[in-house]
Amino acid sequence: MRITGSCSGGELKLRFSGELDHHSAREAMDAVSERIDALLPRRLTLDLSGLGFMDSSGVALLLRTEKKMRELDGRLVVTEVPAQSLRVLRAAGADKRLTIRE
Amino acid sequence: MRAINEVRVEFPSHSGNEAFARSCAACFAAQLDPTLEELGDLKTAVSEAVTNAIVHAYPDKLGTVGLKLRVLEGGVLEVTVRDRGVGIPDVARAMEPMFTTGGDERSGMGFSIMESFTDGLRVRSAPGRGTTVVMLKRLSRREES
Ligand SMILES: Nc1ncnc2c1ncn2[C@@H]1O[C@H](COP(=O)(O)OP(=O)(O)OP(=O)(O)O)[C@@H](O)[C@H]1O
Ligand SMILES: [Mg+2]
Repeated sequence: MRITGSCSGGELKLRFSGELDHHSAREAMDAVSERIDALLPRRLTLDLSGLGFMDSSGVALLLRTEKKMRELDGRLVVTEVPAQSLRVLRAAGADKRLTIRE
Repeated sequence: MRAINEVRVEFPSHSGNEAFARSCAACFAAQLDPTLEELGDLKTAVSEAVTNAIVHAYPDKLGTVGLKLRVLEGGVLEVTVRDRGVGIPDVARAMEPMFTTGGDERSGMGFSIMESFTDGLRVRSAPGRGTTVVMLKRLSRREES
């Protein structure tokens, strides 16, 4: 898993690439949390286009990130979700709890 | 049902082996010429079952996880994931959506995902003895569909 990003005008954009599973999720969650805490963005956009694989560990990461942003009065937007990740989000019912933009 | 082809692998419950296990299943399934979507569903279901063995079955030690892959007649792939870990006291309850003993790093949706991404899911477990998850996945041969 690799996370790259940029921040401007209160918006933090992060791009995930690689495979998001239980093995990689903890480190990824720590990296996302660290950046949110340091930059306190009003809006976090997560670009998932580089994800070759995601399972329920990724679902938990996205839901925790959404909650964290909400608690900071901010907002999470998930974009460019690959087909396999979207199927997992739907099967877990998490697509309804997240803002997903095509 | 008669198996046409079969492989068995065993590996220690290192989290790094989650990727190995789902790739292994995808490679074995390739002989049935599945679609990309079917392969994605298979990898996801295998990842869920293997992650459960790694996370829940052996919470504070390393154990052995077994993965058995069989091609059955009619283009059906059978996947068996087995551990000798702590076991599940109430399987029906564990399989309910959102049920988790794993805290906020888990979503409690693993079994629901396995169920919706396969064509059959059977779970056998005994506390202190371990858990066996058997999944069936019908893989269409692309040239026939
Ligand atoms: N192999 C196993 N050994 C022992 N307990 C298990 C095993 N597999 C599942 N469980 C129990 O069943 C519960 C539900 O499993 P499920 O995969 O649906 O959700 P989860 O693993 O908690 O979360 P998620 O899969 O969404 O990350 C687990 O929290 C755990 O208590
Ligand atoms: Mg699970």
